[in-house]
Amino acid sequence: MKWDWDAVSGFMPHFWDGLLVTLQALALGSVISFLLGLVWALLMRTPTRWVRWPVGVITEFVRNTPLLVQLFFLFYVLPEWGVTLSALTTGVIGIGLHYSTYTMQVYRAGIEAVPAGQWEAATALNLPVARTWRVVILPQAIRRVVPALGNYVIAMLKDTPMLMVITVLEMLGQARLYSQEHFQFTEPLTVIGVAFIVISYLASLLLRALERRLVH
Amino acid sequence: MSTDAPLMKEPDAHSNPPVDGSELIRLDHVTKRFGSNTVLDRLDFSVDSGKHVTLIGPSGSGKTTILRLLMTLTKPDEGTITVDGQQLFPAPEKQVREVRKKIGMVFQQFNLFPNMTALRNITEAPVTVLGMSRDEADERARDLLDLVGLADKADARPSQLSGGQQQRVAIARALAMRPQVLLLDEVTSALDPELVAGVLDVLRDIAHSTDITMLCVTHEMNFARDISDQVLMFDSGRVIESGPPEKIFGEPEHDRTREFLGAVL
Repeated sequence: MKWDWDAVSGFMPHFWDGLLVTLQALALGSVISFLLGLVWALLMRTPTRWVRWPVGVITEFVRNTPLLVQLFFLFYVLPEWGVTLSALTTGVIGIGLHYSTYTMQVYRAGIEAVPAGQWEAATALNLPVARTWRVVILPQAIRRVVPALGNYVIAMLKDTPMLMVITVLEMLGQARLYSQEHFQFTEPLTVIGVAFIVISYLASLLLRALERRLVH
Repeated sequence: MSTDAPLMKEPDAHSNPPVDGSELIRLDHVTKRFGSNTVLDRLDFSVDSGKHVTLIGPSGSGKTTILRLLMTLTKPDEGTITVDGQQLFPAPEKQVREVRKKIGMVFQQFNLFPNMTALRNITEAPVTVLGMSRDEADERARDLLDLVGLADKADARPSQLSGGQQQRVAIARALAMRPQVLLLDEVTSALDPELVAGVLDVLRDIAHSTDITMLCVTHEMNFARDISDQVLMFDSGRVIESGPPEKIFGEPEHDRTREFLGAVL
């Protein structure tokens, strides 16, 4: 086996396409998982059992079944019900939904870590409950959980290759396509491997900077 | 058991004429239990408008629970609580919110919002609850910061302030809601000794220069002597003795009071 720089330069245009898709999937998946996870976490705090119970069941189910199966389901079963989405959209929803069931637990821990005295002070000032959540509890809770949420972004990055199975041409999809056409596996796979490390590293730097900014 | 055991019903109302005579706070037959522990045992007491009442007694005797009940941070198991003629418990949520506007509280652990500046801590509730304009709220907050001696700390975060400064911001925050009643829950207990005096001076000022009604749980007996119209001695969920500070600190009748004062003074 020898290293062929021509294969690298041949793969690069495809690599950039794949990189763009991976980053899109990661960014949108993260946004969905952050927002939806927060919604789950808040719904689990409602006093009504009839809200908590279904949310609990749904999120347990999603968390405890494989992402790969969920992606297949969204991609092949939803169209039968008349819901047709692009492969990337399906992938982003799948990955965002899956990870929202993890981020909800992160939020829960963050919310529970806000001292009871904060709630009491808000009550003593007669602040409405919604206002208390928005300006007192959540800002403190979220600040605490940024590092944990960041770890899930990196975990999500490493799960984006699964989107390949629903025909999304992210980095691994592009590498596989190129390899099969040119019978050169080493170079494309090495390139995307390096890309994953670089993105993870940059993301962790970004997170650390964010954490520092949030410490007060 | 009679509901008006004389000992528990402001027995010194005569020797201590109320500022305007009207009853502001009334607890009737209030019982509070935590598990099998009865913290308040069929307690009756009332506070007249403008009075400064200090609750003293050993830890766990139910003093703080009274403040927490009045602030609606906890509910009684039995009994009724009335503030300014309106029932606080039992009552619908809307009425509770109305009554709560009349009451402010300062906590042992300050409980400032760490994500807001000192100024914002003070203005948040006047703006969102009282509907005050941001400019007016800011101006009043600056006046209050001036009152507590922290005019230059408006933009500081709680983490940049000492405990004593945080507590003074917390006092300003409570006053910003213009409460009729100020509840003070061991407000100097969490402070380093050298910071206590500054906070107590602020409270003395407020006690002497306003007609706000104060309910104060404290272990600072000199402070209690200075500001109180009436002192209530608690033990095991009951008021065992009450009267003006000269009497309670000077010639207590009850053995438990003597014992307690002997231990803390």
